[in-house]
Amino acid sequence: MKYAYYPGCSLHSTGIEYDMSSQLVAGKLGVELKEIPDWNCCGASAGHTTNHLLGLALPARNLAIAEKEGLDVMAPCASCYNRMKTSEVAVKSSEETKAKVAEVTEMEYEGKVGVKSALEVFVKEAGLDAIKSLAVKNLGGMKIAAYYGCLLVRPVGIGFDDPENPMTMDDMVTALGGEAVDWPFKTECCGASLPTAREMVGLKLVYDILTMAQSAGAEAIVTACPLCFMNLDMRQNDLNKKVDNANFQLPVFYFTELMAIAFGEKPAKTGVRKHFVDTSSVLAKYNLK
Amino acid sequence: MRRTGVFVCHCGSNIAGTVDVERVAKEAAKFPNVVFATDYKYMCSEPGQQVIKDAIKEHNLDRVVVASCSPRMHEPTFRRCLESAGMNPYLFEMANIREHCSWVHPDKEKGTIKSIDLVRKAAAKVVKDEPLQKSSIGITKRALVIGGGIAGIQVALDIADAGFPVTIVEKEPTIGGRMAQIDKTFPTLDCSACILTPKMVDASQHPNIEILSYSEVEKVEGYVGNFDITIRKKARSVDMSKCTGCGTCWEKCPTKVDSEFDMQLGKRKAIYTPFPQAVPNKPVIDRVNCTKFRTGKCGICQKVCPTGAVDYEQQDELITEKYGAIVVATGFNQFDHSVYGEYGYGKYPDVITGLHFERLINASGPTMGKIKRPSDHKIPETVVFIKCVGSRDEAKGKSYCSRTCCMYTAKHATLVHEKIPGSKSYIFYMDVRTPGKGYEEFYKRTAEEYEAQYIRGRVSKVYQKGDKLVVRGEDSLIGRPVEIEADMVVLANAMVAREDAGDLARTLGISYDKDNFFTEAHPKLRPVETHTAGVFLAGACQGPKDIPDSVAQAGAAASKAIGLLSKTQMESDAIVSNVDESRCSGCMICKGICPYKAIDAKLITERVGGKMAERQVAAVNKSLCQGCGACTVACRAGCLNLLGFTNEQILAEVEAVCL
Repeated sequence: MKYAYYPGCSLHSTGIEYDMSSQLVAGKLGVELKEIPDWNCCGASAGHTTNHLLGLALPARNLAIAEKEGLDVMAPCASCYNRMKTSEVAVKSSEETKAKVAEVTEMEYEGKVGVKSALEVFVKEAGLDAIKSLAVKNLGGMKIAAYYGCLLVRPVGIGFDDPENPMTMDDMVTALGGEAVDWPFKTECCGASLPTAREMVGLKLVYDILTMAQSAGAEAIVTACPLCFMNLDMRQNDLNKKVDNANFQLPVFYFTELMAIAFGEKPAKTGVRKHFVDTSSVLAKYNLK
Repeated sequence: MRRTGVFVCHCGSNIAGTVDVERVAKEAAKFPNVVFATDYKYMCSEPGQQVIKDAIKEHNLDRVVVASCSPRMHEPTFRRCLESAGMNPYLFEMANIREHCSWVHPDKEKGTIKSIDLVRKAAAKVVKDEPLQKSSIGITKRALVIGGGIAGIQVALDIADAGFPVTIVEKEPTIGGRMAQIDKTFPTLDCSACILTPKMVDASQHPNIEILSYSEVEKVEGYVGNFDITIRKKARSVDMSKCTGCGTCWEKCPTKVDSEFDMQLGKRKAIYTPFPQAVPNKPVIDRVNCTKFRTGKCGICQKVCPTGAVDYEQQDELITEKYGAIVVATGFNQFDHSVYGEYGYGKYPDVITGLHFERLINASGPTMGKIKRPSDHKIPETVVFIKCVGSRDEAKGKSYCSRTCCMYTAKHATLVHEKIPGSKSYIFYMDVRTPGKGYEEFYKRTAEEYEAQYIRGRVSKVYQKGDKLVVRGEDSLIGRPVEIEADMVVLANAMVAREDAGDLARTLGISYDKDNFFTEAHPKLRPVETHTAGVFLAGACQGPKDIPDSVAQAGAAASKAIGLLSKTQMESDAIVSNVDESRCSGCMICKGICPYKAIDAKLITERVGGKMAERQVAAVNKSLCQGCGACTVACRAGCLNLLGFTNEQILAEVEAVCL
C-alpha cells in the first residue's frame, strides 16, 4: 500500500507526535507514505470561511499533485481530511465546480484519487486482525475514551464511520487489549480555536469533555486530530488554575502513539514524552514503558 | 365510409393553454372518415355534452372521438352521452391530450402537433370500433374486513347493520388494534377503552359479524362481487368451541414473556390474552416461548383447563370463502427510531415512544397507571417530549407529517401535569399542527393552563449523565442552544405502514405508495376506493390518521361496500376477450393464463368435408372476463381478441401515427 502523505501544518509543528507515530505505524503495517511535493495549506478555518471557491481550490491543488502520481492521499489531521474530502466530493459531483477549481488552481484535478484519514488507513484498511498480529504488547485493560471530535466522521453520508457513534478507534483500542469506555461525548466540539479567541467559552467545552471522560472511568483519552489533542492536552493546566476544584491529570494520546507502543516501539520514539500531561505513569501502570 | 365526429376540449386553460385546440379541430376535420370537428371550452360539461348530442343528430354521426383528458375519469361520461343520443357507447374513442400532452409539454407548437397525432390515432381506431354489449354477473352479498382495529370494527358494524354478513380477519389474538393500547383520547380526554370496548362487544355479539382472530388472509382470487378468499386460521392451541375464557390457564402458566401489548414494559404468560377486555376472550399459546413446545415438558395449562380446551396438536387451518367486497383496515406501526443516533439509537431505556407512554399511563398497564420510568421505576419530575421523530425528515425518516403527534404529545403533557404534581414538561417542536375540531383549543390549554413549555427547535443530542438524560437542542425562536436535564424523554414517533403492507397489497392486487401506504383511487373524489374494484380502504393503512378520521373513513368505506352489496346483479364491462372459433385449435393454453377462470373448453359442431364433426375450442365467460388481455398474447394462433382493443384496432392506431 502506498499513499501520498499530506502532513498539513500541524504535523510539522504542534502535532509533531502524530507525525512521528504515524510514520512508525505506517512502517510496521507496510504502508508506504510519500509526502506530497510542494504541498500548500488545506485552508482549514480561514480559507473556507472567507470564500467557498477558495475553500475548495486550496485542497484541490494538493489532490491534483497526488493525482499526477496516481496516489490516494492520507491526511492524518481531521481538519485537513475534512477539507480535502469536501473538495473531492464537490469536484466529483459537479462538472461546473471541477472546471472552476481547475481555472483557479491552474491544475487539473479529475477526482480520480481521493483522501483518507489515518484512522481509515491504519485501522479500517489494515484490519483489526493485522493490528492484533503485529501487537507485541497489550494495553492490559487500560480504560480509554475514544474521542473523534466533530470533523472526522462528518458530514453524514461522506464520513467512513457512524456520525453519532463512531467505533473505529474503539475497535482499535479493544483489539490492542484496552477497554474502550462507552461514553456519549465521542463527537463533541473541543472548542477548536475558541480557547484562544474566547477563552472561557472554549475552556468550558474542553472541561465538559474531560469531565465526561473521567466520569465514564477513562484513564486516558485517545484522539485522531491534532487540534483536539492540543485542546485536551495543553488546556488541562489552564483549567486546573482557572476552575475551582479542577484537577485534571488525564493523559491524552494519538491513536497512532498507542498503536506504535503496542507494536513494540519505545514510547520516547512515538512522541509521548512531548505531551503536556504526563503519560509515563499510566504507561508504567500497564507495563508499556 | 364512416361518419366520425371529433370534439376537442379546451379544459379551460388546462389544454388550451399549451395546445392550439382550434388548429387541432381544423386538422382533424381533414382526417379520413371525419365529417365534423369542433372545439369547446368544457366538453364534459352539460352544454359540452349537448354539443356532441346535437352534432350526432345534425351530421348523422356513427363514430365519436373526444380529445380531452385521461379516460379514467370521463370515458364513462361520454359513453353515457352517446347512449342518450341513441348510439352504442362503444363506438367512441378518447384522445388524451391533457395528461399525455398539455400538462407535460410546455412548447405550444410541439404540443399542438402531438395533439393532432393523438387525435389522428383515435380517429383511425374509432372507425374499426364495433358495437359492444354489456353483460351482468351475480354478487356474493358478504363482506370481508381485514384488520380488527377501530376502523375495521366500525366498517364491520356499519355493513352488518345494513343487513349483510361480515367477517373480520384479525392477525392478533384479539380485535381492538392500536386504540386498545391507548389510554386517553384527544381532545376530550375520554378513556379510550371505555369507548372502544363496547364496540368490540357489539361486534362480537352482532348476528351478522363473524370474528376470525389470530387469522390472516393467505390468498385472494376472483374479482369484484365474487372474491374467493383463503384465510389461514393460525393454530391457537386452544379449542375455541370448548374454551370458556375462565383464565385458569394463564393464571397457572409458569412462563413469563415480555408483553407486546404493553410495548415490552410488562409481562404476559406464554398462554395469554393480550389484555383483560380481549374479544374473543380466549387465549392463544405463544409456541415460540411456551415450555411445552420448547422442551416437551410442562403441560400445566392442559392439566388445569376445566373444559379440556387446550390442544397442543392443533394445526393451522386454511378455509376458502366467497365474498363480494373487501375492506382493508390494517392500520399502522410506529417508526423505529433506532436510526436516530442523536437520541441514542434506542439504547437509553428512559427514552421511550408515545405508545410506551400510553401503556405507562394506563390503569391496566404495567405500572397500574403510575408514570414510572422504565430504568429504575422512579417517578419522573422533568419530562421532555420530542416531536417529529421520523416525520418530516427526508434524511432519516419519512417526508410526510404524521398528523396525530402534535395532538397526542399535547395530551401526554397534560396527563403528566395532572398525574405528577410539581412536574414540568418541555416539548420540542417544528410546527404545532392542530387541524381538527377542538384541537387548537386543546393545545392552547396544554401550553397555557398546564404549563407545558413549547420550545421551537430540534434536539441535537440526548445523552445519559448520572441518572438524568441531558437533552440538548436549539430554541430557534431565541436563537440559542438549550440544555434540559430530564428524567424521561418521550419521542413522538411517526406513524408508518405495517411492514407487511406491501405483501398484502400484492395479495389483493391494490397499489401502494412509496411509504407502503395503500393508495386510494382518487385523493379527493374517491378516497376510500382502490383501483381494484370491490376493494375499499379504511383507517391508517391508507395514511396517518387519528381516531375521528379513521372512524369517518370507516363509515365511508362501509357505505361504498353496502352500495356494492345491495345490488343483485352487477353490470360487467363489454370490453372482454373473444374467441375466433374458426381458427381456435382448442389447445387451451389461454385457460391456464386467465387469472379470473373465465376461459373453459367447449365442443362445437361443424361441417367438415360434407360431414358434421365435433371439435374442442376455447370459450370465454363474458361475465367473469375482466378484459386484462393476458390470453390474447398467449394465444399462438392469435385467434383471441380483446373487444375494443382488437389487433386490427391497435394496428390502425399504429399505422395512423407511424406511417
